[in-house]
Amino acid sequence: MIDMAPYITVAIIIGIGLYICMFKSNLIKIVMGISLIESGVNLFLITLGYRHGAYAPIFTMFNGGIMTLPTPQALTLTSIVIGVATTALLLAFVIKIYRHYGSIDAKDARRLKG
Amino acid sequence: MKPMSVIVRTMTRSLYPFILLFGAYLVVHGHLTPGGGFQGGAVAASAIALAIAAFGGTKAYHEKTLALFESGGLLFFLSLGLIGMGVAFMWNFLAGSGSLFGDPVAYGSNPGYLNTAGTIPLMNIAVGLEVVGGLGAIMLAMGSYAFDEDKEVSS
Amino acid sequence: MRKSIALGALLIFFGFLLVAIMNIHSFGYPTNTAMDDYFIRNGQEQTGANNIVTAIVFDYRGYDTIGEATVLFTAVAGVLLALRKGGEEE
Repeated sequence: MIDMAPYITVAIIIGIGLYICMFKSNLIKIVMGISLIESGVNLFLITLGYRHGAYAPIFTMFNGGIMTLPTPQALTLTSIVIGVATTALLLAFVIKIYRHYGSIDAKDARRLKG
Repeated sequence: MKPMSVIVRTMTRSLYPFILLFGAYLVVHGHLTPGGGFQGGAVAASAIALAIAAFGGTKAYHEKTLALFESGGLLFFLSLGLIGMGVAFMWNFLAGSGSLFGDPVAYGSNPGYLNTAGTIPLMNIAVGLEVVGGLGAIMLAMGSYAFDEDKEVSS
Repeated sequence: MRKSIALGALLIFFGFLLVAIMNIHSFGYPTNTAMDDYFIRNGQEQTGANNIVTAIVFDYRGYDTIGEATVLFTAVAGVLLALRKGGEEE
């Protein structure tokens, strides 16, 4: 069971991120919880493609041996960039909410004020 | 934003071209070593963040310059896909032919020659320009919005 | 009352994750590798790049990279639209 350590780490990170999203009411803590869930999913994509005793899939100055699977690494690059874009948009809206309501507590921003 | 002290401004003027040079190296050598368009663009955007923090927002860059970088990068990337439309969309029409980036590469380990890989270095440069423009415009908008209007908080 | 129901739902979801870990292939021995072996074998001849990950991102799966560049462009447009100055008078 100890050789499945990366998968257990992924489960713990996603669990902590989901706990922060559900039980905290500060808006910036909720944004950090969403970012933790995205980091856990990226780690899971990379650990799917590992071969035992292999090197990185790059042929420059390569000394022989076997290589890991390159396709999950390519898809993780796309996922990281999309995570950055989503976090930037969420933080811009947190700035607008603070400017309009005067506090960053999620319980205060419930009524639609004109 | 107010500019920071004399020591910070002098060190920023000395360090700024080296960070941009390292980001450009990561972008151009994307087909030989780990790196590529997105990674090199993020490193070059950290130089822009340093300049905005040290000199103040509106004195460092105009927003229209960074927005032009971003739009130009995406249009260049799309036009590279449309040029090879005779065979397929995004066909690599320069790999293996004799012209701009087209030396053939055999299977096996080699010390890495820059003149290979066809349209991949051109696509890396386009994506690097887009990421620098995009992240720089985000940081400029957030910095100047949060610091210039401290007197107008509506209730 | 509401907090205990939410805590129970979180523990059930965490239990699903642990059951999925017990049934996945063991770490280091993937099962279906035919597509990636083709990419490693023919990547240098067909695209000319030494870095197989870059060849997959920009040549074999370039269409996904167009989608990702568009998502980044849309997010930057949304941020610059939300944080503009001068239109705040009511």
